[in-house]
Amino acid sequence: MSALLEAHGLNLRFGAVPALEDVSIEVHPGEVVAIVGESGSGKTTLLRVLSGMMRPDSGEVRYRDPDGAVHVIHAMGEAALRQLHRTDWGFVHQNPRDGLRMRVSAGGNIGERLMATGARHYGRIRTEATEWLRRVEIDPERIDGMPALFSGGMQQRLQIARTLVTRPRLVFMDEPTGGLDVSVQARLLDLIRALVADLGIAVVIVTHDIAAARLLAHRLLVMRRGQVVEQGLTDRVLDDPQHEYTQLLVASVLAA
Amino acid sequence: MSWAIRTEGLGKSFTLHLQGGTRIPVLEGVELEVAPGECVALAGPSGAGKSTLMRCLYGNYGVGAGRILIRHAGAEIDLVTADARLVREVRRETLGHVSQFLRVIPRVPTLDIVAEPLMARGLDREAARARAAELLARLNLPARLHGLPPATFSGGEQQRVNLARGFAPFYPVLLLDEPTASLDAANRAVVVGLIQAAKAAGTAIIGIFHDTEVRDQVADRLFEVQPMPAAA
Amino acid sequence: MTALGYNFGYLDENTKRMIRRALLKAVAIPGHQVPFGAREMPLPYGWGTGGIAVTASVIGTGDRLKVIDQGADDTTNAVSIRRFFAKVAGVATTESTAEATIIQTRHRIPETRLREGQILVYQVPMPEPLFRLEPRVAETRRMHALADYGLMHVKLYEDIARHGHVAISYNYPVLVGGRYLMSPSPIPAFDNPKMDRMPALQLFGAGREKRIYAVPPYTSVRSLDFEDHPFQPVRADAPCALCGSRESYLDEVLTDDQGGRMFVCSDTDYCNTRQTHREAAE
Repeated sequence: MSALLEAHGLNLRFGAVPALEDVSIEVHPGEVVAIVGESGSGKTTLLRVLSGMMRPDSGEVRYRDPDGAVHVIHAMGEAALRQLHRTDWGFVHQNPRDGLRMRVSAGGNIGERLMATGARHYGRIRTEATEWLRRVEIDPERIDGMPALFSGGMQQRLQIARTLVTRPRLVFMDEPTGGLDVSVQARLLDLIRALVADLGIAVVIVTHDIAAARLLAHRLLVMRRGQVVEQGLTDRVLDDPQHEYTQLLVASVLAA
Repeated sequence: MSWAIRTEGLGKSFTLHLQGGTRIPVLEGVELEVAPGECVALAGPSGAGKSTLMRCLYGNYGVGAGRILIRHAGAEIDLVTADARLVREVRRETLGHVSQFLRVIPRVPTLDIVAEPLMARGLDREAARARAAELLARLNLPARLHGLPPATFSGGEQQRVNLARGFAPFYPVLLLDEPTASLDAANRAVVVGLIQAAKAAGTAIIGIFHDTEVRDQVADRLFEVQPMPAAA
Repeated sequence: MTALGYNFGYLDENTKRMIRRALLKAVAIPGHQVPFGAREMPLPYGWGTGGIAVTASVIGTGDRLKVIDQGADDTTNAVSIRRFFAKVAGVATTESTAEATIIQTRHRIPETRLREGQILVYQVPMPEPLFRLEPRVAETRRMHALADYGLMHVKLYEDIARHGHVAISYNYPVLVGGRYLMSPSPIPAFDNPKMDRMPALQLFGAGREKRIYAVPPYTSVRSLDFEDHPFQPVRADAPCALCGSRESYLDEVLTDDQGGRMFVCSDTDYCNTRQTHREAAE
């Protein structure tokens, strides 16, 4: 398996409602894959299943670790999955409050993953936190500031720094620009784009923002009612959408 | 090696699901073959599908019928059936595209936009920026603009940024869509020089040139794109 | 003689057996919190019911019990508990650390080094070291199960960032046997090093929270810290005004309304013994 993450034949029903129907996806190192679709299309569910936070009724998600060993995500123990989530994987939540510790300083938020993986040198943790604040364009002077006093955009940038500090190879992002003002969104998107390209991170990003998907993603999956109705190269899907639903999606966006 | 890129029975139509499934055929049975070092100009009336053909060749449009073969890393690859990752690799190493308009990425300075495809190939940042600056200078884009995002640039300036980005890496196959449309005479001459240099270096070029003067200077032959009869 | 109408040690034998089972489990998994069915005690929660339940379950007729509160043998709480066991178990009591076989304590570890065969029973108000950091109990259990203790270090990081040092002067978190994060109960951080590889058995009882945990003899107990901010037990920089000790943990005692104060050993047995020796030497 050369992919970082591979899922085959995922199915999941919530009662009578199909949330995922025979979904397959591959994510390769350094590849940014966007999952687009309207609310209720199953895109967030797919993200949760891929990241091991939710179990599918059937189908398999496999992950290749840095040593090349392949693991079946839903057969991994909770300890191993947690370890994975704080080292080789990251998860950026739509609401920064879900991804940050609001009563811990910016520096402590960034340092947590380092400390969880054994960093025990205060000075070095601090240096790393300072460097990451700079990278996400937060004034390093605010290292001891509380995220509750940060603007929404800053909080989201802090969440990204906190996630990327351990250099994960794969990051899941759930509508990372969802709750932000348009002007703030653009800056955040550009920052994500630059960091992801610099660090060569693979990303699975869920968004309903077509413009964001075009800016960030190499590849696009269009979901509707739990099914992947179309997928391919981002510019191909957006400039020459084949499926009726994709055409509707693209047509409803102004100059994406 | 007789060709760098060729099409076999290439066909393309659009199905407009939002207009009751109207099907618009644009291309049919296109057989185009371009050799290394050759420049082919697409000809035909407006609306004949020249731009559509260019976009199909770049993989930007999906193709309904036929094959697009390209020599990439010593192998023949059919871009129609290649998966997205392989198409990206071909675009990075083999197939360049200068579109008519620059898609501006917010906040990214001009120099980095031009350097980006070089860095994607593994060139280090400094070398990539040096090469980018050299090309921008050659296209008469003043150095004071290199550090700015091109969002506020004029059409001609943006087109030159686009050209620099397309010519900075060496692509064995290059697609040029109206590369001189918004340029003055001096810059048109620079572009003609760039195209001729690329040809000399072995690049196969397919272009749409409305400027017949430029076309005559660079094109080895014309390829007629026939308009399709309207769908029944 | 035990008081009429009570089983030996107050608790019935079934309850003691249940608590002993919990204790065995706790000893087998050093630092791990074991739930137990706390019984009603003739004292309110917060007065050492967890410690009393543990002592009642391990005490035997041959034991000699010492009870301290903040290091002192003569405070209300210590005196009541000592009398309670004298009454319901008829055991001998003592104020001497060296003579005691079981020492029940609130907030201190005696200064005199404990030896093999002794049992130190701690009264614990809140057994969960993560409770201020993670309010969800299920989540703290998961963190223990997975040894996911980064968050505790985040707290230490925050202290250093804010105060320049770890601002925890008592109940300073420890890692037991290299595995479980444990609350040492509200003893001063000064006492933490005494827990490490202690020859005596250390048992912890939390009555209200219904948890028991233990540190078997000679188990490693490490106070969490950073390489560049090592753990430093703090002590008032003064000799004991009564015995002159420069090693013991001191209490600050106000002597008048004009701001007069003095520092004296918090461990009364230790202080008295030293004073007696000094007088004998003079």
